Amino acid sequence: MPTLNYAAPSTVDEAVKLLAGASGLAKVLSGGTDLLVQMRSGRLKPELIVDTKKIPGIIGIRQENGGFVVGAATPGAVVEADAGMTAAWPGVVEGLDLIGSTQIQGRCSLAGNLCNASPAADSVPALFAAGAIAVVVGSNGRREVPVEQIPASPGRTTLAKDEFILEFRFPPRPARSSDAYLRFIPRTEMDIAVVGCGINVTLDEKGVCTAARVALGAVAPTVLLVQDAADALIGHTLDEETLKKLDAAARAACKPINDKRGTIEYRTKVAGVLARRVAAIAFDRAMGKTQGKTH
Amino acid sequence: MSKHHVTTTINGEPTEYLCETQQTMLDTLRDVLGLTGSKEGCASGDCGACSIIVDGRLVCSCLMLGVEAEGKAITTIEGIAEGDKLHPVQQKFLEHAALQCGFCTPGFIVATKALLDENPNPTETEARYWLAGNLCRCTGYDKIIRAVMDAAAEMRGETVR
Amino acid sequence: MNYIVSDLKVVGTRPVRPDGVDKVTGRAVFAADTRGAGMLWGKILRSPHAHARIVSIDTSKAAALPGVKAVVTGADFPDIPSEEAFVGEGPMNFRDLSRNVMARGKVLYEGHALAAVAASTQAICDQALDLIDVQYEVLPFVIEVEAAMAPDAPVLHDDLFTSGVEPKATKASNIAKVVTFKKGDIEAGFKDAEVIVEGRYTTEPVHQAYIEPHACLATYAPDGQITIHASSQGHFMIRAYTAKLLGIDMANIRVNPAEIGGGFGGKTLIYLEPVAVALSKKTGRPVKIQMTREEVFRGSGPTSGATVEVKIGAKKDGTIVAAQQVLKFQAGAFPGSPINPGCMCGFAMYDLPNVDVVGYDVVSNRPKVAAYRAPGAPITSFAVESLMDDLARKLEMDPLVLRQKNAAKNGTKTHYGPTHVNIGFEQVLAAVESHPHWKTPVKPGQGRGLATGFWFNIGGESTAQVHVNEDGSITAATGSPDIGGSRASIGMMVAEVLGVPAERVRTVVADTASIGFTHVTGGSRVTFATGMAATQAAEKVVDELKKRAAMIWEIPVEAVDWHEGMAFPAGSNAGAFEPLDLAALALKAARTGGPINAEVALNAQGAGAGFGAHICDVSVDRETGQVTIERYTAVQDVGKAIHPSYVEGQIQGGAAQGIGWALNEEYIYNSKGQLENPGFLDYRCPVASDLPLIEAVLVEVPNPRHPFGARGVGEVPIVPPMAAVANAIRDAIGIRMPSLPMSPPKVRKALDLANGDD
Repeated sequence: MPTLNYAAPSTVDEAVKLLAGASGLAKVLSGGTDLLVQMRSGRLKPELIVDTKKIPGIIGIRQENGGFVVGAATPGAVVEADAGMTAAWPGVVEGLDLIGSTQIQGRCSLAGNLCNASPAADSVPALFAAGAIAVVVGSNGRREVPVEQIPASPGRTTLAKDEFILEFRFPPRPARSSDAYLRFIPRTEMDIAVVGCGINVTLDEKGVCTAARVALGAVAPTVLLVQDAADALIGHTLDEETLKKLDAAARAACKPINDKRGTIEYRTKVAGVLARRVAAIAFDRAMGKTQGKTH
Repeated sequence: MSKHHVTTTINGEPTEYLCETQQTMLDTLRDVLGLTGSKEGCASGDCGACSIIVDGRLVCSCLMLGVEAEGKAITTIEGIAEGDKLHPVQQKFLEHAALQCGFCTPGFIVATKALLDENPNPTETEARYWLAGNLCRCTGYDKIIRAVMDAAAEMRGETVR
Repeated sequence: MNYIVSDLKVVGTRPVRPDGVDKVTGRAVFAADTRGAGMLWGKILRSPHAHARIVSIDTSKAAALPGVKAVVTGADFPDIPSEEAFVGEGPMNFRDLSRNVMARGKVLYEGHALAAVAASTQAICDQALDLIDVQYEVLPFVIEVEAAMAPDAPVLHDDLFTSGVEPKATKASNIAKVVTFKKGDIEAGFKDAEVIVEGRYTTEPVHQAYIEPHACLATYAPDGQITIHASSQGHFMIRAYTAKLLGIDMANIRVNPAEIGGGFGGKTLIYLEPVAVALSKKTGRPVKIQMTREEVFRGSGPTSGATVEVKIGAKKDGTIVAAQQVLKFQAGAFPGSPINPGCMCGFAMYDLPNVDVVGYDVVSNRPKVAAYRAPGAPITSFAVESLMDDLARKLEMDPLVLRQKNAAKNGTKTHYGPTHVNIGFEQVLAAVESHPHWKTPVKPGQGRGLATGFWFNIGGESTAQVHVNEDGSITAATGSPDIGGSRASIGMMVAEVLGVPAERVRTVVADTASIGFTHVTGGSRVTFATGMAATQAAEKVVDELKKRAAMIWEIPVEAVDWHEGMAFPAGSNAGAFEPLDLAALALKAARTGGPINAEVALNAQGAGAGFGAHICDVSVDRETGQVTIERYTAVQDVGKAIHPSYVEGQIQGGAAQGIGWALNEEYIYNSKGQLENPGFLDYRCPVASDLPLIEAVLVEVPNPRHPFGARGVGEVPIVPPMAAVANAIRDAIGIRMPSLPMSPPKVRKALDLANGDD
């Protein structure tokens, strides 16, 4: 019977060495909320589990050069409890907060959600919209990668076998900037997103959008950054015309599939609906009309 | 690979055990330690029947490896009451008939304790969202929510129902 | 004796249930919590194909794997002949049951069991299953009910000939039977009608989705004695079926009822026990099998999906003159859908002169259906009550008034035979009329729906014992597994009769060797039938206690009264004696005739039908199609609420399950005939944040056939919700949703079609 090995290294070097040296499939364990399910169902049969949580800095939140740095394995519940992150990046926090249940929040992490590479991952559209940078470590050292370059296809990442994410860097916030994330699910909780949408904006004093990033989840093989949707916002206030264009741009970007969670037609329609709703929340937040998370 | 030797604290008791890598904390509690109060309803984190508290955080024990318990402090349903004195949450579940078959009950009680430890004065909506990861198929949640709200009030020292 | 008009001290109060502390502390023992010395784990191999011939099964590699102790396949079980029995909540053919537990020759659905292993760990079991080499000849399959009825459909059983048709069927088909119920003259009725409405409705299979997966522990001793620990709705059922399927005497099997983590009808038949026994016999060691959640969804019974056509004709004043229904129910891979109750329950709420109902029981390549709470009734009522709402709109009549006008009452003859007696439907409707929810105007943007439901309830065989222990405390034992608080209700009835506080009575569920036969916990029968047996046993004990007091006092037994848990001299003529309490009488039991106890075994009749009416307010997100339940009230005639909290709990839980059925729950199949959503992630049961508080309104029209007036309450509450929600959606957005579940994509699609946007 092939045995499953486990290691909990306390340094990056040690972890990288273990991953590089594994003869079969080696998996990084942070929160385990996807990994353990996949192992139990038999979909994934790793030979080695490398638990990275003992590596210094991989759990925790700090401020550096005016931006936030979030350890890759920091549990969702820890991020949600961080007043600074909630104020600066409410959309990222609400994306994380929507992953599974309270119990899942106690374990799930941004890195796990990103590296599971599901197009429906709840924290990923907001992470893309935020323009977060993943700090990746591996045998060849350390590199900084825009988060949108991490997922390759459903279940696959661009990370090498001996690489893992150490932390996420969020850029400093200009004035009147905020973000929001909403996802549509049939129930109120516990489902996988049928569609998810994260929008990050910066506005001028009159409420005109000067910068925007729009990301859609569950409408393509990976989470999408939709430049056309961002362009629909930039240079405009959030009037009817802008909302209409945003809705159309979001729908046009969708390349979804029919599955047990939604049809192509339905996902496409809802992508437009969510984009409008999320933009409204992000704009309000940027103008200081609302604070913090919606739910 | 041989089994892992784990030193941890469970319900306040220093505990040592041996487990295999693939054994989840739930498997470990139930099959290694004989603590069968935590239940397996799904083994995928979708039902909450295996809820435990690890270093103050509510988690599904089916989504944690037994080996990860090294050095942690764990509370299971067996550790909620103090001796024969029930926790107010347990008492209120009984008074409100907030259980029928009782299978999901340990998970609900652990999750509710975690809620009230963090938020002693939740709204009904907050309680419902906090407990959304605990499935109950018998009660329709009505009496569970009433028990949770009443337990919260009692723990705050209020007597109003 | 009858206590309906008595001044009750215990019945109707809300004490803590006897098993409560065990269940809030994690001490309660469910089947998966049991262990045996030297125990092995068992696991079952299941078919990946919807329909295939088993060409060969090679278990040699699995058997050779270190740690594997035994492998069994269908060849290890007796080939059981066809034999019908009516057990649980529906008909059962033992040959079909045997082949459902372990396939022979063919696998008939994805998830069908065809081999099992026993090994020292679960991980080795999993590995061994991978090593079993099965050669399949994949066959064409059919999933949907109407496709299965088509003349050219793949046939599941070449010996299945439709029963209930004339002339007799000569060609095998998937239609197991056709049932018809007729009353009056349907053609004349429709001719007489001034308004006719009709509709076609579909429902998907939904699973009972108890949180506890099926589990059992079986030990086969060298002398052939078998001990089983199982979580089920009837340990006598487990014993009978296991004995039947293995060809052994019932006396050689002792089944211990572990706590049951929900059943809702789904644990009224067996899946694992004969397999665990066979593995234990082969290995000489205890074997535990517990299903994974995925196995529960793939391998155990959901209820039927169906298509239902309904046509109703009425006079302009709302009097219904004709009602017609055609129901096609999926049975799963073997015959036995709840088509009969489906045909019976749809129109049973109304006093109708002309009725015509035809039902089809149809097999297809899905898991065999199992009972689910009022089996068949929710499906048929979704159709009928949706159409009643349309009829009310067409007549421009209040939907409550339409129902009141046609409501069944005492003396109404049903279309399926019996005449309603002692029913409380009119009282239920009156309670709706006066309820604040019904009287409060609907909030802007929301919609309100009303729907009613019926379940006939059953009685049946039960055994109960009442023991006065040596210290005067009381133990009540029954053969009914406690699925939702029946220990409390039974103990309370016993306490009431004995005149002691509820806490004085400890109620236990006795194993198959310790108490007489008791039918399953199902059909809403336990508080009625087992409660009746327990009440009578308590009365016998009181008679005995009076006799003992009479002996001690040396007065005639007629001169002894019993109340407040004590024997008193009946009046001054009887003599001036200090009352004797239970402890005093128990202390002297040895000298007055020995232990004081009684057992009553009965076959309870007169269960008393149950009726309910639900009011539901919804809001609909027109952009996403998402429906939110804003307010929900469930009114029901419960006869007499023995423990009102648990009666309310039944109603609230049933309503919640119905809301899940209405909005999101369904079995989703892919093009290969495989279930796509076998887990709680994508089989979407309501979670706490999906629901509002559910107000349960108890109407008490006593059932004179029960000593305290109780009638079954567990099943009625799942009957009205689907139509109540559908009618509320109709009210909110002006669109009739005839197809369950009314999930967001369907609602959005319907809105788009109505807006001409599609």
